[in-house]
Amino acid sequence: MGSKLQDFLESQVYPSQIWQSVIRHGKPVNDRNRSLAVLGNVFLHLHPIRLPRYATKYTYTWGMGGLSFLLFLVETVTGILLMFYYHPTASLAYGDIKSLEFDVPFGMILRNMHRWGAHAMVLAVWFHMFRVFMTGSYKKPREFNWAIGVILLTITLFMSFTGYLLPWDQLAMWAITVGTNMARAVPLLGHEGPFSNLLGLKIDNDIRFALLGGTRVGGPTLIRFYVLHCIAVPFVMSFILSIHFWRIRKDGGISGPQSARLANLNKVTQVKAAEGKKKVEGIKVEAPKAE
Amino acid sequence: MYSFKNFLDILTTPDNVPILLLIAMIVAYTWISFHKAFDNDKRLAQGRPVWEGEPHNQEKVHTWPHLLNIEFIVSIIAMAGLTLWSTFLNAPLEDPANNSVTPNPSKAPWYFLGLQEMLVYFDPWIAGVVLPGIIVVGLIAIPYIDTNPKGNGYYSWRDRRFAIGVFLFGWFLWMALIIEGTILRGPGWNFFMPGEYWDVHKQVALVNINFSELLNIDPKTFWLARELPAIIILGLYFTITPFLVAKFNKKFYEDLGLVRYGVTIMLLLLLVGLPVKMILRLTINLKYILVTPWFNI
Ligand code: HEM
Repeated sequence: MGSKLQDFLESQVYPSQIWQSVIRHGKPVNDRNRSLAVLGNVFLHLHPIRLPRYATKYTYTWGMGGLSFLLFLVETVTGILLMFYYHPTASLAYGDIKSLEFDVPFGMILRNMHRWGAHAMVLAVWFHMFRVFMTGSYKKPREFNWAIGVILLTITLFMSFTGYLLPWDQLAMWAITVGTNMARAVPLLGHEGPFSNLLGLKIDNDIRFALLGGTRVGGPTLIRFYVLHCIAVPFVMSFILSIHFWRIRKDGGISGPQSARLANLNKVTQVKAAEGKKKVEGIKVEAPKAE
Repeated sequence: MYSFKNFLDILTTPDNVPILLLIAMIVAYTWISFHKAFDNDKRLAQGRPVWEGEPHNQEKVHTWPHLLNIEFIVSIIAMAGLTLWSTFLNAPLEDPANNSVTPNPSKAPWYFLGLQEMLVYFDPWIAGVVLPGIIVVGLIAIPYIDTNPKGNGYYSWRDRRFAIGVFLFGWFLWMALIIEGTILRGPGWNFFMPGEYWDVHKQVALVNINFSELLNIDPKTFWLARELPAIIILGLYFTITPFLVAKFNKKFYEDLGLVRYGVTIMLLLLLVGLPVKMILRLTINLKYILVTPWFNI
């Protein structure tokens, strides 16, 4: 079929100024253009241009890091859509969730995808950690990225925890009640924790009170958890995810058995940096000639 | 009364369905890890490169198409799976939140039930604050205390038996607690076997007693004297064991050095202490080992 269409594209569209201003590389039909495509795209360039073959196999990474990220994106998109239909107040929240089922077109599947995506993300992150452990990929030079990962894991769980309250049903209220009750017992900072009398903490000024905005789960808790869930924690998480991805590349790409070479990475970067410095010092900066 | 109704109900509660996925993933990914690890071990024993290190696998390939293809396919499959899951299983919505009606049992979502289960055995500040803190710090510490340079970037069992053994011990303990907390805990957080009726009035005729009571020490004794045996035992556990382990396994100690060894052995003792306390509770109904005016362990 498409030969006429193709002719049109080739003669009119690809050479046009508009197309050329957006897509700067030629058709991805050879390695050169594909490399340029990966390099020139902000999302694709999270990847290296080339990588060892084992790293593309499902059996090495299980794709678990990638799946964690995919689910993070699913949660972001479905979460934004849900926010259009939701008031974070004790009087309206429950009804809003109910109306997703009965009034909003595709509201129920939207809510389902957000909820089951969250559960799936916890699984993906756990098993990503499991894979990283089993391949020993936390070892030098990736120690720091492992630590970043552990932080991401806690944030993922905290996202689930704060989100769980928002439907404002019995399940939500009592799961959060059980969870935040533990905060009573934080040493020093919770009013039932050991040594809390040193700070003179009571039920209405301890760390649990700060989290709940009251002495028990109520309207103020809902708005606190809403802001944490929809703005504060996603913000922090995106920030830390950027570090995670950046470090994967900076640590020499995906781990592999040639890592004796990678262990020297620091040395190599240092040497390179030193060389670079010499070069910069060697450049003569000439003053522009006055005409 | 004998009925599988409660068991099936808890298993098919929408929020618990991921537990089935969890169990399947535990089995599948443990198998795949060890399958690949043993394969590599055989290669190493024969002096061949590991699978990841084979010349064919070390060859560089282009991200486009080799990596992007599989990412695309896996994403499609994952999205299809999530869509199907969301089509056929509805997220739960119970009655509106009500401060004055407490459900029994009131459970957190499954991924927190490991912690909730710990509340049975420890005071809230340990179960809810100290233990999660130690887990997070302990996980972050792993790369800094496991200094074995072997086994980096490939599956292997024989190159890192100890590290993998310890990690799997903690991992499976955690998974077991979650599964047990989800499926086998009923009203009053009491234990119910599959098929057992969830009796809200189940009275567990057990009186948990403290270690000092077990020794027939008068509870009215000044606490320091009363708790002396416990203090000695806990003190020995955390001081003598490190010395003994270092003495009988000199290499272990010397490879790690003083600081790393200290951190490692403390984390190990805590990891072992967890199930020990659980077993003592389940067998001799031990409540607390140590009772002080500020906290109990
Ligand atoms: C929201 C959570 C997370 C996301 C989206 C994420 C994403 C990724 C991705 C896409 C990769 C590339 C390789 C792969 O897919 O396996 C990766 C690698 C890595 N991740 Fe994560 N990750 C997360 C959490 C974690 C956690 C919990 C840990 C460990 C505790 C961790 C530690 C690492 C390490 C050490 C690497 C390098 C592995 C290697 O080079 O083989 N990450 N992560």
